[in-house]
Amino acid sequence: MNYHWNWPIFWELSPDGVHTYFQTLMLGTAWTLATAGCAWIIALAFGSLVGVLRTTPMTWAVRLGNIYVELFRNIPLLVQMFLWYFVLPEVVPRAFGTWLKQLPDASFYTAVVALGLYMSARIAEQVRAGILSLPRGQRLAGLALGLTLPQTYLYVLLPMTYRIIMPPLTSEFLNTIKNSAVALTIGLMELTARARAMQEFSFQVFEAFTAATIIYIVINIFVTFGMRLIERRVAMPGYLGFKAPAAGH
Amino acid sequence: MFANFDFDVILRSLPYLFYQGMTFTVLLTVLATLGGIVIGTLLALMRLSRFAFLTVPAAAYVNLMRSVPFVLMIFWFYFLVPYIGQWITLSPRPLQVGAFTSCVVTFTLFEAAFFCEIMRAGIQSIPRGQLAAAQALGMTYPTTMGYVILPQAFRNMVPVLLTQTIVLFQDTSLVYVISVTDFLGAASKVAQRDGRLVEMYLFAACVYFVISLTASRAVQHLQRRIAIIR
Repeated sequence: MNYHWNWPIFWELSPDGVHTYFQTLMLGTAWTLATAGCAWIIALAFGSLVGVLRTTPMTWAVRLGNIYVELFRNIPLLVQMFLWYFVLPEVVPRAFGTWLKQLPDASFYTAVVALGLYMSARIAEQVRAGILSLPRGQRLAGLALGLTLPQTYLYVLLPMTYRIIMPPLTSEFLNTIKNSAVALTIGLMELTARARAMQEFSFQVFEAFTAATIIYIVINIFVTFGMRLIERRVAMPGYLGFKAPAAGH
Repeated sequence: MFANFDFDVILRSLPYLFYQGMTFTVLLTVLATLGGIVIGTLLALMRLSRFAFLTVPAAAYVNLMRSVPFVLMIFWFYFLVPYIGQWITLSPRPLQVGAFTSCVVTFTLFEAAFFCEIMRAGIQSIPRGQLAAAQALGMTYPTTMGYVILPQAFRNMVPVLLTQTIVLFQDTSLVYVISVTDFLGAASKVAQRDGRLVEMYLFAACVYFVISLTASRAVQHLQRRIAIIR
């Protein structure tokens, strides 16, 4: 293999004149995490709402939820990013469109919204499956106690649902982090984009991508570990996943 | 809103979009699915074997592929495939590989990790008695797998495999990052040439939506038809 390896490249100054290549990758990591974090909040909020709607006794709500999920699940994420970034500012009233286009960090906000809504459809599926996995008696008991339907969801069904769907939520969160790389197509300088830029300026292809790969793996390990901690804290006594805490004094 | 919507640009570019773009997208999806299922099944058998020298590399490969963004992997392979080609063919220079070959290799190897997990679940869903019965009949490992376990595992997993294929079909749009003309790439080229981003991207979204929705409905239908009643 006649490839010229040069690992110390990371400590050399990048073309921006201020940061070393290593620092640019770290900046990229920060953008990746910020994008994924903000998108995750949107995804969780919308996903829960839509997931709940799809389990209510109201037919119109179920239908609305189904349309929402099918719409966001059947269009590739990249196309959705383009729709939010290139198409939306053109089809809204002109003044608003201009404001959108001139927004500083427009690609960041676009990526957050696009990724958040894309992931929300998947989370809606998980939430729905979680609610449906609960015994019917839980809902009936809640209603029989005189709770309204929203109260039944808020105080009885959802607290159980989130605990049950913790493991799939973990992998959806990891997917959110990974999918944030698609935002490089609309100009967000996140980790993959930084690695790509480093490759273009320094010609050290494999060093740049190795570094990015390692950073993604490390993020993955941390997230998996953190989520497992949360999972253990919130596990329901009486379920198979629950490990009884050591007996107190 | 749609006052200056130019439907003509879509009509004019239809042959280009479908002959060039969609052919590429569909061909890539089909080849990567077939290759991915073959390699994925082999990986699944490796992961389920008794020998650490088989399980450890397979697990490492699958976990690596699953923890890295697809876009990054596309870049990786885009630069790596010429060197792999050089290594395989023992040529003195990195091999010149076309964009299509590069994409097929990338998608096959990447999807293999996901198909591996599906096939592993499929194999593990087979009752242990099947394996015991095959061994009691004196079947060797290849015969057991080829005639008893894998056909059943495959049948159980057909809906999941097809769903993964639909995901793969949508993911092929990511070849945009290495400027390959798939369906989205073609739409985007026309969009930029004619300054008709709104029309082309909306049209592309509609096409992806209709194809994916139809396919997933068909899979649901198939799932109900072939479900084994136990």
